[in-house]
Amino acid sequence: MKTLIKNGLAYIEGAIVKMDILIEDTRIALIDNDITADADEVIDAAGMHVFPGFVDIHAHLRDPGQTYKEDIISGTRAAAKGGFTSVCAMPNTEPVVDNIATVDYIQRRARELGFARVFVIGAITKQSAGEEISEMATMKSGGVVAVSDDGKCVQNAKLMLNCMRYAVNYDLPVIIHAEDYHLAGKGQIHSGKIATQIGLSGIPALAEETIIARDIMLAESAKARLHIAHITTAKSLELVRRAKEQGLPVTCEVTPHHLLLNEEACLSFDTNTKMKPPLRSEKDRLACVEALKSGLIDCIATDHAPHADFEKVREFDHAPFGIIGFETAFPVLYQSLVLPGIIPLERLIEAMSTAPSKLLRLPESGIRKGNPADLTIVDLNQSSVFAAENILSKSKNTPWLDQTIKSKIIYTLLDGTFTFRAE
Amino acid sequence: MTATPQFLGRNVFDLDDYSADEIMYILEAAKGMKEINLREYKKIPTLRGKTVCTLFVENSTRTRMSFELAANRLSADVVSFQASVSALQKGESLQDTVYTLDAMGIDLYCIRHSSPGSPQLVHKYSGKPVINGGDGRHAHPTQALLDIFSIWEKLGDIRGLKITIVGDILNSRVVRSNLIGMKKLGAEVTVCGPRTLMPSYMEEVYGCRVEYSLSEALRDADVVMGLRMQLERMTEGLFPSLEEYSKHYVLSKDTIKYAKKDALIMHPGPMNRGVEILPEIADSSQSVIVEQVANGVAVRMALMFLILGGKA
Ligand SMILES: [Zn+2]
Repeated sequence: MKTLIKNGLAYIEGAIVKMDILIEDTRIALIDNDITADADEVIDAAGMHVFPGFVDIHAHLRDPGQTYKEDIISGTRAAAKGGFTSVCAMPNTEPVVDNIATVDYIQRRARELGFARVFVIGAITKQSAGEEISEMATMKSGGVVAVSDDGKCVQNAKLMLNCMRYAVNYDLPVIIHAEDYHLAGKGQIHSGKIATQIGLSGIPALAEETIIARDIMLAESAKARLHIAHITTAKSLELVRRAKEQGLPVTCEVTPHHLLLNEEACLSFDTNTKMKPPLRSEKDRLACVEALKSGLIDCIATDHAPHADFEKVREFDHAPFGIIGFETAFPVLYQSLVLPGIIPLERLIEAMSTAPSKLLRLPESGIRKGNPADLTIVDLNQSSVFAAENILSKSKNTPWLDQTIKSKIIYTLLDGTFTFRAE
Repeated sequence: MTATPQFLGRNVFDLDDYSADEIMYILEAAKGMKEINLREYKKIPTLRGKTVCTLFVENSTRTRMSFELAANRLSADVVSFQASVSALQKGESLQDTVYTLDAMGIDLYCIRHSSPGSPQLVHKYSGKPVINGGDGRHAHPTQALLDIFSIWEKLGDIRGLKITIVGDILNSRVVRSNLIGMKKLGAEVTVCGPRTLMPSYMEEVYGCRVEYSLSEALRDADVVMGLRMQLERMTEGLFPSLEEYSKHYVLSKDTIKYAKKDALIMHPGPMNRGVEILPEIADSSQSVIVEQVANGVAVRMALMFLILGGKA
């Protein structure tokens, strides 16, 4: 089986160049100026861009246990539509991924039915309850790529230190959802001007920052690899900067929504603006954009968090936190950060593909001879509409609902096979 | 008086949707309604055939009675729906509740709910005008209108008045709506309370003055409003004891002397006598606390009349 992609603008080794790409079976066989090989399918990508398949290291597939929100099939189909070829599933399913049986289940389902590679992240503590260390060694032998209690945060510093030391033993990065429960309280949105104005309880920036400060110190002591999920505040970034300057193996990710929206979005009481961590101040948002540009923020992750309509369509303080992200991530970031010239296209692609896979030491990604043919072909001049009926995720909870956005994913290939073709 | 088209079918989520002129128009209408309340036969046929629903998901007998009385006096039919938040969470959603009520032909909803933004939801689901009777800590526009009405009635023009509000600013929906309305009408408002009960960004968001010392806050005030201090805030670690709070923030003869000599004394009720206000002040000739309740009915009548139309 051969597929030839002609005339596309490809992201190769950090630069965008016009190259033809020949795929043989699952791998990239040849990259050259003008390839004239026989192929089973020839894609004319003239005027389009060819990127490495996007890699999302932070997603919720809700399978097992909450498949009314999403399952491995619908989740990976949505991922493929968004140009993703690899996704990492967070462990806060039902049951929690704190055992090898659940790790096996997810991997098997994904292999049998999936439209993307699914990597599993195991829990740090049993049931993510923050009380006992999970069986990390067993889960590692089953294939988990990291541990995280995402959605929750280990409050006990002594236990967290032990978890980190144990994770180091099995060479597992520790991913934290930084949230001090007491400081966050019953908060619904960022503790700022908007919370004062609309009377919703606030989640202070401090709830995130104090845990990041604590965990950087714990990780230094434990010699652990620490990755901070969905970072949101200027001061959090300052803490990461200092840790990196000290040479500590500390990394962080940012979501598209924290790059593009601020607390003012919550003025509408639209529950699709309710997420954790919350949308922060404009100053924090700008700091995130700057840090993505400079590389202080290592990569972009969607925190794809599907919730059913009946859960989101309710009073703001009774609705669950989170929004979907696979299908919107690239287009909204392209339209709002690349088009106006705030972030170079090359940096966006790096942060969505090669950087995250390197960060979690996933199989090598990037357009290079011999690599798996995981590719995303995008037309930056077309537009995409996020109408509910076009969304492949089972859930439709996104603040970009019904918006028309410049750029459109046209094809996604996983191991040389099409996982998505635009209509 | 005839309702003007500009008010027909409008929502009252908060006062920020209403201009200073519109607020004054509402006050004028309320003045007319107050006269009806003083008659022997306190009923006019204005809203005959209209159905008003009081949808109270949070308990407040006083506010509900005030809305229902207002609707009754205008001859509207009143449907009362009461539910606890826990009941709503268990089974039927607010959406389903509204769909059910809507099927009964409601023309106007008056809602009280612990969730900010819930009046907007009721309007979204029903398409009918909604008067916010208090949504969590967010807004309480009818209370603000009756407060402003009470001041206007006694002191005339609101412009340039120095108004001081004392107490748990953080958890008060009354303060937020009052600040919007009073600032629109040109008053200078000072809010005062312990730092732990003061939201951040008050100056930026509302253009008010923030004071932590009661004597400073009261200096030269034309109007002084006390707010109810709730015991539960103590267990939330926001203040140590009612006694200590009272020592520093109670409205008494001793503290009120910093305000203007015949400053108006207000309180949205219910009062903790001896905690935020002493009887010597609450029952003094300067106090309009009892009148505020009567004015509440008039203001709510005015809003229903203006929103649903008709002749008075
Ligand atoms: Zn999280």
